[in-house]
Amino acid sequence: MKIFDKTCTPSNRWSLHILCYLTVMVFFAHQWNGSAQELKVDVTTDSILPINLQEVILISNYKKALEHQLHQKPLATLGTYLEASKKVNMIKRGAYAWEPVLNDMSTERLSVTIDGMRIFGACTDRMDPITSYVDVSNLSDIHVASGQQGAQHGAVIGGAIDLRLEKGNFKPEDWVGSVETGFESNNAARIVGAELNYSNNAFYVDTDIIYRKAENYVAGGGEEVNFSQFEKYNLSLNGGYKLNDDQKLVASFIYDEARDVGYPALPMDVSLARAFIGSVSFVQTKFLGSFTNWETKLYANTITHIMDDSQRPDVPIRMDMPGWSDTYGYFSQAKLSLDKHQFLIKFDGFYNRSLAEMTMFPNDPNERDMFMLTWPDVRTLNNGVYGEDVIKLKEASLKISGRLAWQSFNVADEFGLNSLKIFYPEMEQRQNRLLKSVAAQYHTKLNLLHFTTGLSYGDRAPTVSEGFGFYLFNSFDNHDYIGDPDIENERAIEVNAETKIKTEKLEVGLSGNFFHTMDYIIGEINPDLSVMTIGAEGVKVYQNLEYANLYNITLDTKFKVDEQWTWSGQLSYHRGRDQDGRNLPFISPLAYRSTLQYNSKKFTGSITMNGAADQVNFNPEFGEDRTDAFTVFSAAFGTSFNLNKGGIYVKAGVENLFDTFYSTYTDWNNIPRMGRNIFMTVSYAIN
Amino acid sequence: MKTIQSIFLALLVSFIFFSCDNDSDDPIIIDENPLAEFNLLTNIKANDHTIEVYSEQEQYTIGYNEFFFRIKDNVTGSYIADATISMNPIMHMTSMMHSCPKSEITKTTDATVYKGFSVFQMPGNTDEYWDLNLEYSFNGQTFDASERIEVKSPTDDKKRVNVFTGTDEARYVLAMMPMEPKVAINDFSAMLFKMENMMTFPAVEGYTVSIDPRMPGMGNHSSPNNEDLTFDASSNMYNGKLSLTMTGYWKINLKVMNTSGDVLKGEDITDENESSSLFFEMEF
Ligand SMILES: [Cu+2]
Ligand SMILES: [Cu+2]
Repeated sequence: MKIFDKTCTPSNRWSLHILCYLTVMVFFAHQWNGSAQELKVDVTTDSILPINLQEVILISNYKKALEHQLHQKPLATLGTYLEASKKVNMIKRGAYAWEPVLNDMSTERLSVTIDGMRIFGACTDRMDPITSYVDVSNLSDIHVASGQQGAQHGAVIGGAIDLRLEKGNFKPEDWVGSVETGFESNNAARIVGAELNYSNNAFYVDTDIIYRKAENYVAGGGEEVNFSQFEKYNLSLNGGYKLNDDQKLVASFIYDEARDVGYPALPMDVSLARAFIGSVSFVQTKFLGSFTNWETKLYANTITHIMDDSQRPDVPIRMDMPGWSDTYGYFSQAKLSLDKHQFLIKFDGFYNRSLAEMTMFPNDPNERDMFMLTWPDVRTLNNGVYGEDVIKLKEASLKISGRLAWQSFNVADEFGLNSLKIFYPEMEQRQNRLLKSVAAQYHTKLNLLHFTTGLSYGDRAPTVSEGFGFYLFNSFDNHDYIGDPDIENERAIEVNAETKIKTEKLEVGLSGNFFHTMDYIIGEINPDLSVMTIGAEGVKVYQNLEYANLYNITLDTKFKVDEQWTWSGQLSYHRGRDQDGRNLPFISPLAYRSTLQYNSKKFTGSITMNGAADQVNFNPEFGEDRTDAFTVFSAAFGTSFNLNKGGIYVKAGVENLFDTFYSTYTDWNNIPRMGRNIFMTVSYAIN
Repeated sequence: MKTIQSIFLALLVSFIFFSCDNDSDDPIIIDENPLAEFNLLTNIKANDHTIEVYSEQEQYTIGYNEFFFRIKDNVTGSYIADATISMNPIMHMTSMMHSCPKSEITKTTDATVYKGFSVFQMPGNTDEYWDLNLEYSFNGQTFDASERIEVKSPTDDKKRVNVFTGTDEARYVLAMMPMEPKVAINDFSAMLFKMENMMTFPAVEGYTVSIDPRMPGMGNHSSPNNEDLTFDASSNMYNGKLSLTMTGYWKINLKVMNTSGDVLKGEDITDENESSSLFFEMEF
């Protein structure tokens, strides 16, 4: 083995730094009176049987002064956290800003929210999924809801991912702070985070800051992946004020800025991605007699995304592609418990403005710049109502839920409207759509056997790109994409089922879901159109397929060997085809994961193996090729110790232990994944 | 009571009168130059008249030029209405003389303003120049006027007129009508004339002009939903639709077909052939 033997990486230099970091942090030692209590992963301990199709990814626990210990790699990017979940996969275009995939569906079919707030990325090339605008420093957990179980957050097909911000709790804890720092050898990633919280009976404020900087990473075998560097910081503030025992005001603000983010899989990089995300909520425990948990939130966010190719040495033509997305929204929800019923009712709405430009600079300096609007200032207005009722039955529960929403689009920019009218002379400037969702989910228990099943219907409107995109280049299939304003809503019928045996020691679950999606929206080649992007193969126009079928089957096992040792394994199979039997893109091949975990008061450790079989069902029409099978191993080790009343937690590990060169089906243009990577984090709590 | 009413009425009427008066008084419409928004290109002084030549453009440019004329009586200072004018631009070249396609000159809604157009095929130079010859008559009298004019290439050097010999051995002049290009489907027109001899250029009817807009600066890409230009008898022009998907420099490749569909000039754009020999250019 030659871990430190690589000639092309700066890892040698940096492994020394790890030691320095450690030394410094130890020196920093101060006071320690927090007891490192174990995290409770089980968050669903309601009196009635939970309709448990939600996966909760824990990121931090407020009660712990030292955060993020649970994860194998504590200061990993949010993407890494999501990737470690059972349901979520990540599409990678580089080392940063991975795009979540749930049930083999990504951004356009999912709702990704921050504390229920709708936010829409400002990149026409999907370089800025919402998950890139928050960081692990300010999140407490992530709720992943599959299919129409995510309808609470919006009109979805694949499901919803709600990123929940970490908040104080009006406990008289006074000032609490912590500092965390991390380092990764492969791409010389340096991470520094700090947290300072204050809390008393009537007031709390939480502040978090995190900074990350990484150089190019190195693939397995030693090849440097150019343009995979990134730098970002995230600042978040949230506070609460108790008006009285029954009412409180909560406000949150996030500032996130990434600079010089490379996207090795794409022809362009991002010089700036910036988000301001703010909200104010009013929470009242009792409301209108028997209603409870009344929460009303107003929010606004604005995203600026500056994409260019100024760092690329060799391009056919220079271009700038800035994009902007502003969203204003609200929701108001309350619960009502009546006898055997638990109701939730929610009114929500948002207004989004999406604008993106493209300026190309001709090689002949005497020619004028070429300009177009790739997102023609589309204003989306959505107002909806969601309701659910969880009914307690004998040894069972049933959840009925539904959403009705009205959505309108307005192409506000005349230049943009005229551009689209080149393709659609008859198109209207404004349009309305009605969106509907209904779902029933049933859960019953027979001794050790849990059985869950559900049936649902939902639809969604096209995204701005699908409806109004104008020559959006997709480097994956090498085509320019044109939206279709008259495209039909996509509608899906979903069936799911899960059987689970649960004992003290052993948990075995088999779950599956099936989506029959009518009017599935996808880009299809139009041979009559001429490409705009130099080197593109053709032009695709978004269209409705007659239908597409997707199914996912997962076998999930967890075995508690003893108090300290736990083994978990997962095997999943996915398939997606259209009405003609054509394979859909980005469908996972057979994938597996196996983790052996050790947890004691002082130490945590894990060894993980994960991999996938050959991607047999790929589709070259969508730019896919056969991705080879792979298996990679990772290991991590963590310990905490008390020093002079200060608490220090150290975690170190190795990812891709054997420096395997591989890429997965979610790697854009087959960019190779990171090779061997040694990481270390040190957290220090100040109390 | 009655008196109060009548006083009130009188007041009201005078007020209305007053305000009307005010209205018509304020703008000096009578004396305002109806061509103020155009550029005065030439003042031709002859026969105690000044003939003012106006254009939307700032110069005489090769290609299509629309002109507005006014004839001023230098004695009275007033402009002459209802005159008949004809125009004949002549280019004096070192070896020969020729005219260009031109229109009749017609009256406009303003009786003192006349308009017409000409299509200059080439610019003048130090040895060769254009004369603008006018013949006008009113009140039973006919006058001549002539002035040397400077015909220049367009300031942006973009090609808006083609002079070519067709496969039928005839000489043609194809001129693009002025337009303000937008990122949209634009109305697009051209005029086609046949050169019968050095002095006569009748408009050609019933041909087709196919268009293929391209961006040579961007891999020579095209645009969708263009419509070839077909002859419209009422305007005597070839009209079609030109779609431009972005701003910048566009080359509109052309092919001219006669009534039986034979290509008189122009080639298709292929991977090997980036440009037709017949084209217009624009940049915006
Ligand atoms: Cu981008
Ligand atoms: Cu172009």
